[in-house]
Amino acid sequence: MNTSTAGAAAVITGMGVIAPTGVGTEEHWQAVLAGKTGIGRITRFDPSGYPVRLAGEVAGFTAKGQVPARLVPQTDRWTHLALAAADAAVADSAVDLASLPEYEMAVVTASSSGGTEFGQHEMERLYQNGPSWVGAYQSIAWFYAATTGQVSIRHGMRGPCGVVCTEQAGGLDAVGQARRLLRGQSRLVVTGGTDSSLCPYGLVAQLANGHLSSAEDADRAYLPFDVEAAGYVPGEGGAILVAERPGPDTQGRAYGRVLGYAAGFDQSARTGRRPVLAGTIRRALDDARCVPDDIDVVFADAAADPHLDRVEAEALAEVFGTHAVPVTAPKTLTGRLYGGGAALDVATALLALRDGVVPHTVGPTRLRSDCPLDLVRDAPRERPLRTALVVARGYGGFTSAMVLGRGDRPAGDI
Amino acid sequence: MKRRAVVTGIGAVAPGGVGREAFWDLLSAGRTATRRISMFDASAFRSQIAAEVDFDPRAAGLSAREVRRMDRGAQFAVVSTREALADSGVDLAGFDPGRVGVSIGSAVGCTMGLEQEYEVLSNGGREWLVDHSHGVPHLYGYMVPSTLAAEVAYEVAAEGTVALISTGCTSGLDAVGHGMQLIEEGSADVVLAGATDAPLSPITSACFDAITATSPNNDDAAHASRPFDARRDGFVLGEGCAVLVLEDEEAARRRGARIYARLSGFGARSNAFHMTGLKPDGREMAEAIRVALDGAELNASDVDYINAHGSGTKQNDRHETAAFKRALKQRAYEVPVSSIKSMVGHSLGAIGAIEVAACALALDRQVVPPTANLHHPDPECDLDYVPLVAREHRLDAVLSVGSGFGGFQSAMVLTRP
Amino acid sequence: MSTFDVAELREIMSASVGVEDDVYFDGDHLDVPFADLGFDSLALLELASQIQRRYGMQIPDEAVTEDMSSPRAAVDYVNSRLVAAVA
Repeated sequence: MNTSTAGAAAVITGMGVIAPTGVGTEEHWQAVLAGKTGIGRITRFDPSGYPVRLAGEVAGFTAKGQVPARLVPQTDRWTHLALAAADAAVADSAVDLASLPEYEMAVVTASSSGGTEFGQHEMERLYQNGPSWVGAYQSIAWFYAATTGQVSIRHGMRGPCGVVCTEQAGGLDAVGQARRLLRGQSRLVVTGGTDSSLCPYGLVAQLANGHLSSAEDADRAYLPFDVEAAGYVPGEGGAILVAERPGPDTQGRAYGRVLGYAAGFDQSARTGRRPVLAGTIRRALDDARCVPDDIDVVFADAAADPHLDRVEAEALAEVFGTHAVPVTAPKTLTGRLYGGGAALDVATALLALRDGVVPHTVGPTRLRSDCPLDLVRDAPRERPLRTALVVARGYGGFTSAMVLGRGDRPAGDI
Repeated sequence: MKRRAVVTGIGAVAPGGVGREAFWDLLSAGRTATRRISMFDASAFRSQIAAEVDFDPRAAGLSAREVRRMDRGAQFAVVSTREALADSGVDLAGFDPGRVGVSIGSAVGCTMGLEQEYEVLSNGGREWLVDHSHGVPHLYGYMVPSTLAAEVAYEVAAEGTVALISTGCTSGLDAVGHGMQLIEEGSADVVLAGATDAPLSPITSACFDAITATSPNNDDAAHASRPFDARRDGFVLGEGCAVLVLEDEEAARRRGARIYARLSGFGARSNAFHMTGLKPDGREMAEAIRVALDGAELNASDVDYINAHGSGTKQNDRHETAAFKRALKQRAYEVPVSSIKSMVGHSLGAIGAIEVAACALALDRQVVPPTANLHHPDPECDLDYVPLVAREHRLDAVLSVGSGFGGFQSAMVLTRP
Repeated sequence: MSTFDVAELREIMSASVGVEDDVYFDGDHLDVPFADLGFDSLALLELASQIQRRYGMQIPDEAVTEDMSSPRAAVDYVNSRLVAAVA
């Protein structure tokens, strides 16, 4: 197994978390370890007319004060979350941006659906009042590249910026692209993703995918791998990460390392071929020069759809054996965060590696018989951790896997 | 030996005609496809013109079911993919599906579908919300632009890396660049790479109206896209798609494939300056060009043609003229430079891939497409912009550039195989 | 008749384009070009759009850049148009 930092093209040196579980990395992490849910009744609009009324909202975040005043009316909440998280991540990394060449710093974020709420408001103005009521900022707030562009401008990063849209796999694919850049000419990449589509049109569009849970009880609404699994709860938020090329400068600052990554696309429902998840995980392990036994914990995609849960459990069993590796899904506390979800899982996995503790999965009580997993439940499990596998799947077939290794940042006080 | 990506198939759905040859005919004849908007009632808009594709999805080979499911941008992408595959003659059955990738660019995703459904769900904006169950089942597929890449992946049964790249108006160039990278790094052996955008709907027109970016020359629509002309007054929106089949050069040669062009170098930079504004010095675009030339192991003096971003805004035309001079020095004054946006308009994220397709065809045919409507050159744009008429020219290496909202600047070098 | 003032200008701009707390529109700053106060062309187009809606007036594209280039110029321009509309 590759355990030296020298072999990794990317170390994660900073993170900014803004999630239903907390604004700020440690607040999130403490909530996860305490099993405190961020899911509740939707407050951002009146959800009473909709079949889904629960969501993971970021209650503690208002853009004013966290985002430059100029940018508040010019950007969507999804970008507000990312701007604030990027500020936090850059500060957390303790990197001196002024010391890095401007063309060797880049921004690559995941976007699942762009500035949904901003776009809805502008469409309302267009249809209620006419074309001249559409504001000047629709042109820069709604499109999927808004967040990357704004973060690039804010931090003076002039390298090869990018935006990856692969729905809920986007967080891993963005970090994967960041690693690709760090293997080339870039030295630092701000990456990860956020999402905020909890507005009426956003919710109605999400309803159309048929995967949302319509449960009323926040504790029983999102139950991956459970016999009662009946869809997921949508959420907002995510995580922004600072990825750097490892070197003497990153010593003592790394939460962890990106050891391996692979992406595939599942066509099993259409073609009758085998699902690609197991193969994608194996490719990520190969890329990390790991064997299955090297993996200490798996952060599951945890779709909470009976079919998708079975596909994931079978893939994990195929690669690792049944009950052979601890599996967890802290996302039951936040709901699925679309463009921000996998990025938050990477952040949570890195915190787990740092502190040597597998956070537990709150919610599932009776696992399906066709999901033979060692799903960590009831309480966090303390154990030394060297590596974590993060699995993410996006609507339509996007499938990604990433192997993370422990870094050299001192453990937190837990 | 370094793996290299080559273009072995081209499919295009562009204003002026569906299909690669119709597209090239338009460019080589210097005809324009800009006209008054027919797709919706644009009479209340500042800019009422666009480059529309006369596209009948059923005639283009899509089933009724595909038409119902897919946003117009996805329809373009699937039709282009089929054409590109047929053109390349590659037999995907001979490949491990896990080694087949997809990299599609789009700036605005499935905007039309999203807007049409909003209109239905809100009863034309009068009341939100009529009934959430009125939303079509495909509505979520419209909300996430990744659908455009997924549809191409379904079409070719790809199980490798599939991504939708969305960097505003450089999406197309960046998506082809990403596909090129997947081949070079060995993640894929075949990549369907390209970009699609179908943004001709009220919300897009209104948003560009609001920032006076689009041309209000409604009475002379056919001549409204005037890059580098002193009388230009904004860009003309367009729609369209191009998809390329990219293969590893060695494997393509082994199977005796026809090779249009090699993707030799790619560079991307950001100006970190302004979401829409450009500094006049062209510094970051020049840097992207330098990176692309380095990747191609070429010098400025090797460039035989520049396919400009040439959107037809004063700011852009001067910015990139400065960038060409900065990156290529004296060579900038010697090479032909042209903007096909003068003919096919600006299809946002799609245009970068459409322009790469034009460059591959230009290399193949040894013809430089012209800049239409260029009668009165802007004195500050003093390069050879190939006005009005296509030009036969020896082409071994060509450069294509793009510039987009967000501050993104990208450049690609294509060479004759 | 003068119905548009600096306070209203600031209120509109705070809501629609964002104004940092340390940006002032009074005293010496009244004649500072918007560009130097940190407002770009999009901000001015958005401001013009807001004023057009609030007062039901048409502001030509050129006027946005030429006649509304500073806080005082913007206030004066809008007032001149309001007076013209009444007259």
